[in-house]
Amino acid sequence: MAGRTLYDKLYDEHLVSAPAGETALIYVDLHLVHEVTSPQAFDGLRIEGRRVRRPDRTLATADHNVPTDPITTPVADEVSRRQLEVLEENCREFGITVFPRGHENQGIVHVIGPELGVTQPGMTIVCGDSHTSTHGAVGALAFGIGTSEVEHVLATQTLPHDRAQSLAVTVDGELREGVSAKDLALAIVAALGTGGGIGHVIEYRGSAIRALSMEGRMTVCNMSIEAGARAGLVAVDETTLAYLLGRPAIAGRPDRDALVERWRGYVSDPDATFDRELVLDGAAVTPSVTWGTNPAQVVALDGVVPDPDELSDGAARDAAQRALAYMGLTPGTPMHDIPVDVVFIGSCTNSRLEDLRAAARVAAGHHVAPGVRALVVPGSHRVKHDAEAEGLDRVFVAAGFEWREPGCSMCLGMNPDQLTPGQRSASTSNRNFEGRQGRGGRTHLVSPAVAAATAIAGRFADPAEVA
Amino acid sequence: MRAVSLLEGRAVVLGRAEVDTDQIIPSVWLKRVERTGFGRGLFSEWRDDPNFVLNRPEHQGATILVAGAHFGIGSSREHAVWALLDYGFRAVIAPSFGDIFRNNASKQGLVVVALGDDDVQSLGSWAAAHPDASLVVDVARRVVEVASTGWQRSFDLEEWTRQRLINGWDDIGLTLRHDQEIERFEAASRVPTVEGLFDASGHLL
Repeated sequence: MAGRTLYDKLYDEHLVSAPAGETALIYVDLHLVHEVTSPQAFDGLRIEGRRVRRPDRTLATADHNVPTDPITTPVADEVSRRQLEVLEENCREFGITVFPRGHENQGIVHVIGPELGVTQPGMTIVCGDSHTSTHGAVGALAFGIGTSEVEHVLATQTLPHDRAQSLAVTVDGELREGVSAKDLALAIVAALGTGGGIGHVIEYRGSAIRALSMEGRMTVCNMSIEAGARAGLVAVDETTLAYLLGRPAIAGRPDRDALVERWRGYVSDPDATFDRELVLDGAAVTPSVTWGTNPAQVVALDGVVPDPDELSDGAARDAAQRALAYMGLTPGTPMHDIPVDVVFIGSCTNSRLEDLRAAARVAAGHHVAPGVRALVVPGSHRVKHDAEAEGLDRVFVAAGFEWREPGCSMCLGMNPDQLTPGQRSASTSNRNFEGRQGRGGRTHLVSPAVAAATAIAGRFADPAEVA
Repeated sequence: MRAVSLLEGRAVVLGRAEVDTDQIIPSVWLKRVERTGFGRGLFSEWRDDPNFVLNRPEHQGATILVAGAHFGIGSSREHAVWALLDYGFRAVIAPSFGDIFRNNASKQGLVVVALGDDDVQSLGSWAAAHPDASLVVDVARRVVEVASTGWQRSFDLEEWTRQRLINGWDDIGLTLRHDQEIERFEAASRVPTVEGLFDASGHLL
């Protein structure tokens, strides 16, 4: 028998039913729920008189709407407050564990899953959020779904889901000093384009991927969807196991050794073949920044704003012209010369402890440039707690950064952390779409280290410049 | 969901590619807990421009949207589909679609038609020049046609999705026919649950 990919193994293991002429049905091992994409699904259950089939395979947290002010401050936005209350009410009614604002386990849904250890190799994991691909870093098949599918999973613990195409993204070589997982993620999205991964599940492979920490792998998997791929995977190895073994949901389990043995099998067979492959040289990746209004519009931090006239494809030229008009940029401008108003360090892409450490290393002993607002929003209360135990909060505050409470925050501006029209940000998040961080806001995606250096310089800067 | 077999209506052309779901409906609209009323939020940042194509009088009442490649990429928000439907659109024609958007659309009866780049281009040029003329999207036959010119293209639509659309079937109801298989699968599964991890207040035990 021909070798199977990791994706094939995960898919085959979760196949519940494959009736001829119908979409196949797969089982969902873990369903993560948040306040934004679930209320209408719970309503649907009530209308039909249905229950949640497996509350023990469901976990909920508040994240998108929560203000990052001190938790004693009430939620000022009435509509947001209501949505947060509705999540708690629904979870109570249907018997689901929920972490409301301020709870010790609360945080961005894609940060808390791995850190609690409920995200495990070999699982299928879904959530009504496109960045669910993050969890693929542990060798789980994880992808985002819409609200109708949320309702479907709540009611049946399954999803109609046909097998996707497989795409190997192989990154060999070694990342250079100062190049982070975020830069690699941007390079991959730029190489594939926003639609290159449509219909595919990506497996990230190669020595540069193997060398990444778990948190770095999460950053890369997180941005799979920015290339159109619903899921990204990394095969299980010792790095995976070392990360997981001490996690609360795993540490005390009597069957831990048996689980680990099983988890070791979540790798592609050596002779497995993929439908497509993209090969990148890790050594060629540079610190990067986006210049446009989609995450594939990437340039080296040392580069210049590209000239749309140099694009041969008409549609791409139109898109680039529109993007530059929105971003208020002139072709040929060095990225280093572009000033920023706001720096945001956070989001499910880059809000974990290593991200905060990388930013703090750059910020230490410096000060945010005059006129720049810089926010640091830890991904969860656990991240916040651990960062404070290391003194990172004091480093940031001394350097003029705001140290905030956890949540999705300015990644998508559903809470009060938003750009105002025309404001320009350097952001460690995942999307630079028009208006994403606030109406009329101009977003540039960067790594945590570049974000910190940019806050200090007041313009896009390499960490080496401010050292 | 409402059954949809044959659509006939006027088309409006959104001359943009890479239209992500943040553009279709900005996140400020996502705070609502209802499923209705999202039409007002559709393309809301662009609709402030009086010259935006949806604001032009000749396109009022159009039910078919023609757009560039990679329509509906980005966020998984089904609100994008609700907004398009609530505004009055019944079908979107583009060269390609984001996977999650395409899936969400199929759950709500919004017909998603992928045609080749050149076909979308030529259909778009024709529709822009003929705002009063109507277009047919025949789900049952998997065909798009312009009755007045005889222009016709077939499109791919997975058979099961086609049947669900034309019959208006509810996915959950369909799945529950497989309840015994789900039970068998669950009985055999060794994958850990979250049971016993947290107390009633969500604190780790």
